[in-house]
Amino acid sequence: MITFEQVSVRYDDTDRPALRDVDLTVEEGELCLVVGHTGVGKSTLLGTVNGLVPHFTGGTLYGRVTVDGRDTAHHPPRELADVVGVVGQDPLDGFVTDTVEEELAYTMEQLAIAPHVMRKRVEETLDLLGLADLRRRALYELSGGQQQRVAIGAVLTAHPRVLVLDEPTSALDPSAAEEVLAAVTRLVHDLGVTVLMAEHRLERVVQYADRVLHLPGDGRVVDGPPAEIFRTSSIAPPIVDLGRAAGWSPLPLSIRDARRAAAPLRGRLAGQPPPPAAAPRGAGRAAEALLKARGVTVSYQGVPAVREVGLDLRGGQVTALMGRNGSGKSSLLWALQGSGPRTSGTVEVAAAADGKAPGDPHTMAPALARRAVGLVPQTPSDLLYLESVQQELAQADRESAAAGPGAGTARALLDRLAPGIDGATHPRDLSEGQKLALVLAIQLSAAPRVLLLDEPTRGLDYRAKTELIRIVGTLAGEGRAVVIATHDVEFVARAADRVVVMAQGDVVADGPTRDVIVASPVFAPQTAKILAPLPFLTVDQVTTALDRLATGPAGPGSGADA
Amino acid sequence: MARTDPGPAESPPPGPGTPPPGPGVPPPGRAAPDTGGRRLPRILHPVAWWIWALALATAVSRTNNPLLLFLVLAVLGYVVTARRTEAPWARGFVYYLYLAATVVAIRVLFRAVFATGITPHDHFLFALPHIPTPDWYAGIQLGGPVSLEALLSAATDGLRLACMLCCIGAANTLANPKRALRVLPGALHELGVAVTVAISVAPQLVQSVRRVARARRLRAGRSKGLTALRGIVVPVLEDALERSLRLAAGMDSRGYGRAGTASRRSRRVTGALMLLGMCGLCAGAYGLLDATAPAFLGLPALGVGALLCVGGLRTGGRRVTRTTYRPDPWRLPEWAVAGTGVLSALLLFANIGYDAAELNPSIYPLSWPTLPPVPTLAILLAGTAGFLAPPPTEPRAVPARRTEKAATT
Repeated sequence: MITFEQVSVRYDDTDRPALRDVDLTVEEGELCLVVGHTGVGKSTLLGTVNGLVPHFTGGTLYGRVTVDGRDTAHHPPRELADVVGVVGQDPLDGFVTDTVEEELAYTMEQLAIAPHVMRKRVEETLDLLGLADLRRRALYELSGGQQQRVAIGAVLTAHPRVLVLDEPTSALDPSAAEEVLAAVTRLVHDLGVTVLMAEHRLERVVQYADRVLHLPGDGRVVDGPPAEIFRTSSIAPPIVDLGRAAGWSPLPLSIRDARRAAAPLRGRLAGQPPPPAAAPRGAGRAAEALLKARGVTVSYQGVPAVREVGLDLRGGQVTALMGRNGSGKSSLLWALQGSGPRTSGTVEVAAAADGKAPGDPHTMAPALARRAVGLVPQTPSDLLYLESVQQELAQADRESAAAGPGAGTARALLDRLAPGIDGATHPRDLSEGQKLALVLAIQLSAAPRVLLLDEPTRGLDYRAKTELIRIVGTLAGEGRAVVIATHDVEFVARAADRVVVMAQGDVVADGPTRDVIVASPVFAPQTAKILAPLPFLTVDQVTTALDRLATGPAGPGSGADA
Repeated sequence: MARTDPGPAESPPPGPGTPPPGPGVPPPGRAAPDTGGRRLPRILHPVAWWIWALALATAVSRTNNPLLLFLVLAVLGYVVTARRTEAPWARGFVYYLYLAATVVAIRVLFRAVFATGITPHDHFLFALPHIPTPDWYAGIQLGGPVSLEALLSAATDGLRLACMLCCIGAANTLANPKRALRVLPGALHELGVAVTVAISVAPQLVQSVRRVARARRLRAGRSKGLTALRGIVVPVLEDALERSLRLAAGMDSRGYGRAGTASRRSRRVTGALMLLGMCGLCAGAYGLLDATAPAFLGLPALGVGALLCVGGLRTGGRRVTRTTYRPDPWRLPEWAVAGTGVLSALLLFANIGYDAAELNPSIYPLSWPTLPPVPTLAILLAGTAGFLAPPPTEPRAVPARRTEKAATT
């Protein structure tokens, strides 16, 4: 279906090619997963399939890419629209019309398909993706999962043979992501559509993949069956990490297979007290509440987004704020910081040793509120407006100095968070993880004791997430209270001490990570699902426990795959 | 009265052999066949609204009578409130009213400042300080005495212009701009899409301005002055640019602008035809409006220009092959709405049954304007569009949100 022959792609302003000597064939009806760290050329690889690379992005393509017998060198994306359908990360970016039905018809209109055929296909697609109830709704009113399904439907109506999905679930909460992935697998199984999909959160998709294309980072593409590729790849979901640690062979990729393979492991770990999931916080673990919120309500035009939420944030504690899209997480964080609206309720920041007075951040001057509570918004780049990292950092120092003596310069903070960022770089050229670190450094330069992060894990790969976990651990270790709004269960399991779950503006669960997360089948991380009823949450816990067993008084274990 | 809720009670039972549902049908479950009945909620063809509004604007251009002009405003207000939807573009009429008021105010102000002198018969109102202008600028006088007559004539002039503006505003409010763009001939497809993208990106731009402005408080950035502006403008523009690029890439991969049978030559022919045709149209319009222009510049030039334009659109349209999903139907209500508009314009041009002087009451000497019956009737006739057009469909979400609000408060 798709053939790459000796394909290399080089962008004009870079010294090394984004893709190098790629030779592969994707057969009809395969679900191909494209994995790799950020910036290794995943999007480039996907772009070559419908000719966006190089027709739209520029750069030079050597070799030959053929899709359904058509050479992309001679066919620009629009001429391939009937063969390849492309769905991007943020569905709202790609919508051309106003309503679901019109959006579904748009591609067909461009392809000059007869009106009666369009009618029929729109109805079929509405049913196939479960969108029939939404047909007349405006696109911007839909939830993220619904929008993404509409975006997939909108390319499907043209009956493409190939579907290219570039991180389709990265903006979605777990259940919306399930919804989209279920739709995709249904397409593969029922219609035989060939799917090429890039995805960061592998734990969601790895079980559906027929084949994995791994981009190790030097421009090459390694392809093979998932169990084989993940045996050695540098990037892997927790289930694979657990399988590797336990030495299972063949590597299980679904929870079902892993649970079957895990019976002996569960037997060995039974009775072992699980080591703490998050890194120990040391001396910073103070019981003192740094921020007290009581009855916080936020409404927009009479519709409440947050309803009478009470929350105590303690120093040295990492709190994860979870809940589906639109459950009021962001509104709560903004209200706690004081910059967002608050309809009623009180927020009080505790007095600090260095003379910061207790008070309500909402009534403080922005410069003071910033010293009390720091917030990193969902799109960190909203805060960046200067030409270089150096200028941003200098500006941050000036802003913080205006509010009193800071806790060191922003540059020092950045070097601690993410060493080795060149000061002359333009902030837009940084990777998502680096941008996050830069904004974090800017906000930390005011030395707030409470730090709120609004969905920082969006768009981060495994390596960047591990980095973030380390950073968050350090911040908590210094005695700060950290709140992270996120959808990422695996991240929460590794980073958070406490989980608060919100639904429709209410707090529905609040407690230690282990209790909240394991109790829910949707929220449980893979390790917990595999080892239930044992209270293990992360692979690190398991390996630590196994090490302890191996060196413990019981003597060396009888091998991991006993 | 006509704004009944599109409940199931209103839908007649589906009869045998009903045509496939047209636009504006409620979702399945409360299926209602579109039998062309007037009371079934549906969206009127956008072109019908445009013809109606443009005809009314033409009618307005004939009169200077403030009473008639106010009547036109009242009619526009009635039709807009009766037949607009809940869509974002349908909330814009009030801004056109503001614009109209500004036009009148500017007109009056300029007339007062750039005074043209005063005759002994005029009613003197007040005098502005006279500013002497240099000799080479002698034609224009700044300041000086201001008469009631001058201000009144400026105000009625301004009001006429304001009425025409409001007519355009009403068309924009009543017709979905994206659907209206669909009737553009194929050759202008690109133009239509450019406007579509602009319409889609504009609300997102407003959203990202709000988001960035809110985020600025997080850095305790100054909220006034040039630095603040930069802190908002730079991220917003970068965001908008990235969005537009992604949208453009998305449209490209969804087949927008697929080449039909176009060649470089046919594209050049199209361009030349369109350009010449436009020149012809302009010359023709000039010839028609200016009585002193030579005769060949009038209708003949207009005709030739129109022909060239049609030819250009034809050849250009051939290279874009696309179809339309659910084209808007043109039925009785469309004829009725467009017809009332055109009829009222014709009545105001026909000079039948009334004195043409009544359309433009004299200012010198000052007299109270009368309300001539036939033009009044003509304008009221245009107002019947308010109930001749079918009621628009209510978007599903609006009642839902209202009940949600009611439940939570």
